[in-house]
Amino acid sequence: MAMNTQGRPSAPLHTPDPGAYDDTFSGSRGLDQAEPLIFERQTYDKTGVDFETPKGTKSRLGALERTEDLGLPGLSEPEAMRHYVRLSRKNYAIDIGLYPLGSCTMKHNPRLNEKMARLPGFSDVHPLQPQSTVQGAFELIGELAHWLMTLTNMPTVAMSPKAGAHGELCGMMAIRAALDARGESHRRRVLVPESAHGTNPATAVQCGFFCDEIPAGPDGRVDMEAFKAKLGDDVAAIMLTNPNTCGLFERDIRAIADAIHEAGGYFYCDGANFNAISGRVRPGDLGVDAMHFNLHKTYSTPHGGGGPGAGPTVLSEALAKFAPLPFVIKEGDSWRMVEDEADARAQGAQPFGRMVAFHGQMGMFTRAMSYMLSHGADGLKQASEDAVLNANYILARLKDVMTPSFDGLCMHEALFDDRFLKDTGVTTLDFAKAMIDEGYHPMTMYFPLVVHGAMLIEPTESESKASVDRFCDTLEALAHAAKAGETERFTAAPRFAPAKRLDETRAARQPVLRWTPAASEA
Amino acid sequence: MRYLPLTDADRAEMLEMIGVDSVDALFEDVPQTARLDGPVDLPRHKSEMEVERLLTQISRKNIAASEAPFFVGAGAYKHHIPSSVDHLIQRSEYLTSYTPYQPEISQGTLQTLFEFQTQVALLTGMEVANASMYDGSTACGEAVLMACRITKRRKAILSGNLHPHYAAATHTLAKYMDIEIKDDAAKPGGLDDIAADIPDDVACVVVQNPDVFGQVHDLEPIAKAAHEKGALLIAVFTEAVSLGLMKTPGAMGADIVVGEGQSIGVGLQFGGPHVGLFACRNDRNYIRNLPGRLAGETVDADGRRGFVLTLSTREQHIRRDKATSNICTNSGLMTLAWTIHMSLLGDTGLRTMAQLSHEKACELADRLSAISGVELVTDAFFNEFTLRLPKNAADVVEALAEKGVLGGVPASRLYPGKGYDDLLIVAATETNTDSDLDAFEAALKEVL
Amino acid sequence: MSTRFTKDHEWIRVEGEEGVMGITAYAAEQLGDVVFVELPEVGKTVAQGDELAVVESVKAASEVYAPVSGEIIEVNSALEDAPATVNEAPQGEGWFVKIKLSDKAQLDAMMDDAAYAEHTK
Ligand SMILES: Cc1ncc(COP(=O)(O)O)c(C=O)c1O
Repeated sequence: MAMNTQGRPSAPLHTPDPGAYDDTFSGSRGLDQAEPLIFERQTYDKTGVDFETPKGTKSRLGALERTEDLGLPGLSEPEAMRHYVRLSRKNYAIDIGLYPLGSCTMKHNPRLNEKMARLPGFSDVHPLQPQSTVQGAFELIGELAHWLMTLTNMPTVAMSPKAGAHGELCGMMAIRAALDARGESHRRRVLVPESAHGTNPATAVQCGFFCDEIPAGPDGRVDMEAFKAKLGDDVAAIMLTNPNTCGLFERDIRAIADAIHEAGGYFYCDGANFNAISGRVRPGDLGVDAMHFNLHKTYSTPHGGGGPGAGPTVLSEALAKFAPLPFVIKEGDSWRMVEDEADARAQGAQPFGRMVAFHGQMGMFTRAMSYMLSHGADGLKQASEDAVLNANYILARLKDVMTPSFDGLCMHEALFDDRFLKDTGVTTLDFAKAMIDEGYHPMTMYFPLVVHGAMLIEPTESESKASVDRFCDTLEALAHAAKAGETERFTAAPRFAPAKRLDETRAARQPVLRWTPAASEA
Repeated sequence: MRYLPLTDADRAEMLEMIGVDSVDALFEDVPQTARLDGPVDLPRHKSEMEVERLLTQISRKNIAASEAPFFVGAGAYKHHIPSSVDHLIQRSEYLTSYTPYQPEISQGTLQTLFEFQTQVALLTGMEVANASMYDGSTACGEAVLMACRITKRRKAILSGNLHPHYAAATHTLAKYMDIEIKDDAAKPGGLDDIAADIPDDVACVVVQNPDVFGQVHDLEPIAKAAHEKGALLIAVFTEAVSLGLMKTPGAMGADIVVGEGQSIGVGLQFGGPHVGLFACRNDRNYIRNLPGRLAGETVDADGRRGFVLTLSTREQHIRRDKATSNICTNSGLMTLAWTIHMSLLGDTGLRTMAQLSHEKACELADRLSAISGVELVTDAFFNEFTLRLPKNAADVVEALAEKGVLGGVPASRLYPGKGYDDLLIVAATETNTDSDLDAFEAALKEVL
Repeated sequence: MSTRFTKDHEWIRVEGEEGVMGITAYAAEQLGDVVFVELPEVGKTVAQGDELAVVESVKAASEVYAPVSGEIIEVNSALEDAPATVNEAPQGEGWFVKIKLSDKAQLDAMMDDAAYAEHTK
């Protein structure tokens, strides 16, 4: 078998000793309030929304009208407020502390963005209103597109992808369309470094490609010899993250671009890590054919507990005309949205299709625009410099107590592995959980897959020196504690979080994916 | 720069600690030719005041839905959203957290996702639901791929009355996956006879209800016909509020239900972010083939109930090229808005909201179709209906806009070149007042 | 006949023309808690080294290869509801499939107990 030993312990080792816990009568613990599911309140006759009284007109649904209840509980406004505020307090957040999740760019989310996105002229506009009534919306899309193209030195950007992975799909479909147009549909092999994010191989497959892994060299970058050996006339593209998922700039990127082009393939760049170089390096100057942005990373539209994102995707001259529908164009003084194939063809385009209903994540565009206008060209450059500076500072401060995976400097994130925990009985997972007790969100762990027990730390530019210093002090202390044999501090962690370690094995073996009345009676 | 805490003194001290003499040295791996000398050719930074002024100006070039009598639907609907929803989703702990990968410090997000999944399942009459997709259209495409995996077949039939954007997004997703997709012909006011002739090798039939023209349908015969051939019925909705009054797709035999959740909690947003709802049967083969994230219940080391993301081996971060979908970031915060709004509504509020939307639409349809030359094409509908006009509907919509009424979507915008130039799709919701209806009726009379 | 092992941590025990196979105790230990096993369909023919099944723990999925060529004649469907059996009795009740061997000579190149013990040291 191809043994994948990331099967780290997924169920807590410590079975509780009921006597040892002085639980409260209410189940709450001070500010940490116990909060049942809304369904367990059984409030079925209540509602927190008042309406005018319906006239009681006879419905025209006939037999399609529902007669029984759905079983959705309702809450009055005070009850709802309390429920969601109580639950919110069980979450960590950027606004609470440093959130060093590598590859995720957890930077400050300016509240001006939120205010701008809520202007009624942006938030309360329908995507199918007459085009004459949404000129401002088109203008904003056009303006943001201009910024994205300028920052990358690329001729086109497709705005409709809904998140990073959706942008990957956009870029790779454009590549597929370009290959088909060239009569080279037989090119199906996509080269993907083993350090790649999981969305890369998953996306390639959704475009009908298959993946061929390129190993990393000892310096954490693409192994050029291995890469060149894999080139051939069945290669469609390389999907390369730059800076890569080890937090390193691919030094040979120009050579990689030239080689893939020479072999007849395209260069897809995963732009998830663009925060390291935004305003300082333009991917178009590096030979990139397609790259998605994660506006929710680089340009601070909030992560919102898992989304929404936005994944505009820049395309090179070779791919531009295959960009998906719809897109905005400016004609004289007014803007127009090109929505259908015939119209697009009349503009000389050959869109590979439509990816979504409507036009993309407008709410994220306004937030990103607000962020970018606020920073300006100078601020964006300064932001990426500070992000890189913070990461290198952490690397420098921790390199002697933890084990950096690669020599030298890093970009916007610093990668460590678990060699410093050797023989301590503490794993990367334990170390991460101990960070929770110290008041920090853990770094990205066990990713990328190229090093053992990976710990990927991305501080972003939003941290002050004092904040980064406190963080380093804490990690230093934890590393010393692990080496000094304070194993319990780690294996029993977290002890001070709203929940102890959760039994993920049980969750997966006997999935309970929703509340049911029977389960709550039992 | 107000968002950057490092001072020049900090920077200098940090560079010294790192052991380099300038920031440029940190970028030494960037090829010399690709390093920019100065900032890119874009304006310099701006104060809050300046940004606000600029963006407000741009926003004023749009007509907001609340500024005019508003009847635009066809996949996105204007409904009332309680103020508490927008307040709650802006709490830092929800707004500025990541995907709940560390369950010990993400129980807030995880429990709301678990509640969301339960509400979606209840609303659709299905057994389980996932933690959301990007939107209704991508959910529809993913459902077709899922049906192909479940049935191990590679053909799908789309109803012609499925929202054309949904059909297009589905085509795009399936384009390179060796899946053959057949589009039935559209039939405003009726339904293509999709049940009549389902071949034996079809994975699924996809039917929207209410359909894009607003007409409602009994899905039961279609479900039966599909099941007889071993195919699945995928039921699609674009107006979640319709389920406040209508029989659930689950009760009519659907196997997978997908739809757009924007009507509840999210708002119009010029088309995004919205929230894709995705529900199905509780069958192992279904669950294991679901795209996207799932929150599940478990216990912590103290035996207390808690929630985690589960069954992740379906997903890209573990299964990579064999994942059920490439989706990673989904519609997190929009699921929260949705679940808060739904918790406030409950059965009672949702039914009232649906009833009001239905009543207003009925009244409006009667009044508009009484205008000479106007014909109501859809005889049974929820809150959206289609009119045949004596004039080109796109021109009428523009003329109505000039009179300050946003009067619906010309069918030709969704079906260009299909000969629907005289069809207008009109939606009403609880937000429409009597005077909105009066204004629409008067304006249409004038325009025609 | 005694149990044979592959270097990829599958075991097979053959009686007559039929073999029963699974993953080794060592592999089960390394994987951690098994939460699901995806088994092939009965009647499928496999060549030695083909992907035969997938074992999932919470955070990982591992492919299991056919130790020998042949036809699948039975699968251990009890694992669907009780994947933990793979951890509890990997080389007993936690078996995966029964195969009708098409080439018994393939067994000769495989490891015996002692050799496998050495291999996993
Ligand atoms: C390197 C990399 N690529 C792609 C993605 C996918 O982006 P999204 O989650 O926006 O779909 C991510 C984010 O998780 C990532 O870190």
